[in-house]
Amino acid sequence: MQWNSVGEFFAMGGYALYVWGSFGACAILLIAEPFLAKRRLKQIRQSLIRERLADELESQQRTQ
Amino acid sequence: MRQSLIQWFKFASPQSFYPLAGRMIPWFWAAAAVFGIAGLWISFFVAPTDAQQGEGYRIIFVHVPASWMSMFIYVVMAFWAGRGLALNTRVSAMMAQSLAPTGALMAALSLWTGALWGKPMWGAWWVWDARLTSELILFFLYLGFMALQAAIDDPRRADKAGAILALVGVVNIPIIYFSVKWWNTLHQGSTINLNKAPSMAQTMLWGMLLMALAFWMYSIAVALMRVRAIILERERHTEWVKHAVE
Repeated sequence: MQWNSVGEFFAMGGYALYVWGSFGACAILLIAEPFLAKRRLKQIRQSLIRERLADELESQQRTQ
Repeated sequence: MRQSLIQWFKFASPQSFYPLAGRMIPWFWAAAAVFGIAGLWISFFVAPTDAQQGEGYRIIFVHVPASWMSMFIYVVMAFWAGRGLALNTRVSAMMAQSLAPTGALMAALSLWTGALWGKPMWGAWWVWDARLTSELILFFLYLGFMALQAAIDDPRRADKAGAILALVGVVNIPIIYFSVKWWNTLHQGSTINLNKAPSMAQTMLWGMLLMALAFWMYSIAVALMRVRAIILERERHTEWVKHAVE
């Protein structure tokens, strides 16, 4: 390992802005994307469940 | 032969692909995490300081995987789009649609990390050089594919129009890949070459390959997540979807 201290690690030999700017952007986007995909799946599932409940309610009212 | 053909087509239906994708996703996340942790460890703690670029070269561990994936995803997306166009299979077109945002994200990361690498090493965030310009065109191709699909109301027609755009755009991939050979560019040549030994330290190479594998597994996992949502959205009026959600 080439780092003598934590501070040295974060300084990245003077390239901190560039190195952390690159890894940071990757981290943010690669964490955000799965959350967005998950939310999209959740939204369509909830919409489908609501639709089915509405159908069931309608058929109940018809039989009454 | 016939039996295996039927087996193959079985998973080509949205109804059987939806649960299959759901079962595969956790495995790809696990693989992405393992490769990602190992890759990051090598990137920051094992790989030595570069003789010319100091610690600044460490951007390579995200820049190269993102760039590779941006090109690779495009080819896969065009393959699925073309397959959907030729065979009229629904899941193929949905796969193509699902891959586009992830590909666009990889292209954006490639350009972003490239700019952050270019500034300290070349003194410029951006130059209109063949490699950079063709990668920017790739990013626009992804955006164009998504915009075109979103602009057409009928999903089957949107698939067809998108597929043609995707297939025509494939011509850009070899242009990106060979740009550093064909033109005199500021961008350095490829680090990994099929017919000569890689021009970098072994540990750096391993870090890069592990990060590339992590990005690859990530892309599959997230594309499968999105395709599940797309399947439900587009098949919502079918009987099986009504029973698929409890």
